[in-house]
Amino acid sequence: MSNAVRTTGKLQVTTPSDREIAMMRVFDAPRKLVYDALTKPELVKRWLGVFGGHTMEVCEIDLKVGGKYRYVWRNKDGSKMGMGGVFKEIVPPQRIVTTEKFDESWYPGEAVDTVTLTEQGGKTTMTTTVLYESKEARDGVLKSPMDTGVAASYDTLDGVLKSMR
Amino acid sequence: MTPQSLDATFAALADPTRRAILARLASGEASVTELAAPFAMSQPAISKHLKVLERAGLVSRGRDAQRRPCRLEAGRMAEASEWLENYRRFWEETYERLDALLEEMKTKAAKRPRKKKRGDRR
Repeated sequence: MSNAVRTTGKLQVTTPSDREIAMMRVFDAPRKLVYDALTKPELVKRWLGVFGGHTMEVCEIDLKVGGKYRYVWRNKDGSKMGMGGVFKEIVPPQRIVTTEKFDESWYPGEAVDTVTLTEQGGKTTMTTTVLYESKEARDGVLKSPMDTGVAASYDTLDGVLKSMR
Repeated sequence: MTPQSLDATFAALADPTRRAILARLASGEASVTELAAPFAMSQPAISKHLKVLERAGLVSRGRDAQRRPCRLEAGRMAEASEWLENYRRFWEETYERLDALLEEMKTKAAKRPRKKKRGDRR
């Protein structure tokens, strides 16, 4: 079991087990709003993976257990990336469990995403845990240069040392 | 870097005392005695932490038999942090977009006269 401590800014990325990646982030909004932003297509379209020239071309959400969701992003150069899955569990406005699979996946099998929302003092902590089919799949995701269009240009060591203070 | 050794590295970084030791070593090498000084901890306890850091490849010990100075293996740490970096960066950017959207939603919600309940569109 390893427990990573990469903490910078407000986002925490950890590896709670050898098949998982977890992210924790606090949002300055009540959880009902965060839940809406996660589940209503007209809202999801406006934030999920849409930066650096990416737009969301397809955003379909059938919000019921067994219902499907489907997202397709379009890059500036016209290339597309699609993914989707099925809702396994829905507890508004606190918990959503879905499967995820990318059309051209860079990891084997399907992953299971669990999102939990807890509210305190008007702020919402969102924890997203992605459980992969194998450790190899998880490690592959962490090592892949996710196509973010963002240049990796700062001194990572400096970043770690700052976060340790 | 193999995933296995990464596990050791992350496990080593998960402890606040060990992170403090690394932060101290970032400003130059030090002996165990020097490292133990700022902590309310015995030298053997510090030595234990150092062994974990050494196994994780984050710290190395000098040959000088008396002092055996400890130094930071900066490359190893950079590798470990880079591993999560791409992933983190993607989500950091994405969540910043969500922050902006939530601000807008809050403003709208405040302006709108309170209805009993907004029906969830499915």
